[in-house]
Amino acid sequence: MAAAELLSDEGYRLDGRRPNELRKVRARMGVFEQADGSAYIEQGNTKALAVVYGPHELRGSRSRALPDRALVHCQYSLAAFSTSERRRRPPHGDRQTAELALHLRQTFEAAILTQLYPRSQIDIYVQILQADGGNYCAGVNAATLALMDAGIPMKDFVCASSAGLAADTALADLSWPEEAAGGPQLALALLPASGQIALLQLSARLHQQRLELALEAALAACRSLHAVLDAVVRERLRQASQALGD
Amino acid sequence: MAAVSMRLPVARKPARPSASRSGEKHLVAPGDTITTDTGYMRGHGTYVEEEKLIASVAGAVERVNKLVCVKALKTRYNGEVGDIVVGRITEVQQKRWKVETNSRLDSVLLLSSMNLPGGELRRRSAEDELAMRDYLQEGDLISAEVQSVFSDGAVSLHTRSLKYGKLGQGVLVQVSPSLVKRQKTHFHDLPCGASVILGNNGFIWIYPTPEQREEEAGGFTTNLEPVPLSDREVISRLRNCIVALVTEKLMLFDTSILYCYEASLPHQIKDILKPEVMEEIVLETRQRLLDLEG
Repeated sequence: MAAAELLSDEGYRLDGRRPNELRKVRARMGVFEQADGSAYIEQGNTKALAVVYGPHELRGSRSRALPDRALVHCQYSLAAFSTSERRRRPPHGDRQTAELALHLRQTFEAAILTQLYPRSQIDIYVQILQADGGNYCAGVNAATLALMDAGIPMKDFVCASSAGLAADTALADLSWPEEAAGGPQLALALLPASGQIALLQLSARLHQQRLELALEAALAACRSLHAVLDAVVRERLRQASQALGD
Repeated sequence: MAAVSMRLPVARKPARPSASRSGEKHLVAPGDTITTDTGYMRGHGTYVEEEKLIASVAGAVERVNKLVCVKALKTRYNGEVGDIVVGRITEVQQKRWKVETNSRLDSVLLLSSMNLPGGELRRRSAEDELAMRDYLQEGDLISAEVQSVFSDGAVSLHTRSLKYGKLGQGVLVQVSPSLVKRQKTHFHDLPCGASVILGNNGFIWIYPTPEQREEEAGGFTTNLEPVPLSDREVISRLRNCIVALVTEKLMLFDTSILYCYEASLPHQIKDILKPEVMEEIVLETRQRLLDLEG
């Protein structure tokens, strides 16, 4: 496989990181004033934007309203200019984006306290502006921040990270060249405080003994990411409470 | 040919490091344990798991005796009985209208809670039901008061007073509900020459002050006479001032809006939206409000 190229003899990856090192994370909340909540995150070169509307009354088919909890509606899309070749994707119906939207919904239905909002709908729109590996995970992280910006109650942060393997070393937070190399990839969404896993996705085959390795790397990456996102949220809270201080 | 002005965005230094009391506030994010003491009751924004009280929103902890709740920075409007709201009709149903009020479910305005033209009090008949669309259509703006709150959080409105009803010509500004200060009255006639309705749900309606109060109209006939330019300028200036106050996160009430209006008079109306002018105006407003208190 391409395992030898993913990790050099000195232990450096293709972009110079250590195996357990995350890419640089920059995040900002409250990017749009019109939406209820919004956030923008950059993980290395991957850029994701998440916008949250809600909770609000269901528009269109009232029959889909759930009597005891809120409906979470997610949309995941890759911008046409996000990959190295400009590709126009259909707005709906692309199998991969539909599957990822479903995963987003499952992840956030586990984290949002939906019982507080019967018969209403919460919309989460994630758009990937630049896809450089870990797109889904960046989308989840951005959506978490956007939900907090909107003031929607959640059990906990949802931190997501990808992990892979190069021979016997686990690599955390894969970039696009590492994903394209074709090895097994794990995507994990974690609720850090309780340690509960909201989503675990594995592509390609992996020996059972190696699973622990990759899982541990992903869990550690999620926890480090939690620390970063927590700092972003607290900074925003501090600024807002200072402005409202009087 | 009008000149075009272009401005490039540049990172601005954070706002003045005033003596803030944010050190006293306990700021939490979802998943943080607030307390493990079981003696506390949980309020909004918290949940209990394994005998620990955990925050569910990002905000500041408020403790009132034994009740602990977390107030989020921004939420949708939560209706409370007696609030004044400004809303937009979204649907005309059988015996009621559905009104959008920036809350988590659409509010309801029952036909029986609506004033009939002429202020008559009678039982609503089938003809009234059929004529509902003549009173209020989709897209109309109304001012109303909250009558009651249903168990799922939906709000029931009424317009049983002559001061409520359909809104005519004016400007709507949508802000976050948490920025509207609760006061005794939300209908203000500002001395600068316009009137304002501060809806508790964050919808602010600015309109020209009517010359005389029509007592018999009951709030249905909308005044469609052309509004003079001087009134329009006052209304535009007020609208920009409200946007400035909201951007700088100052609470909205009649005095703050008035002070902001007066502070903005030296500037042109369109300049008020520039960030540096906004800061300057709001700083002056803050100063005057502090002087007023102290």
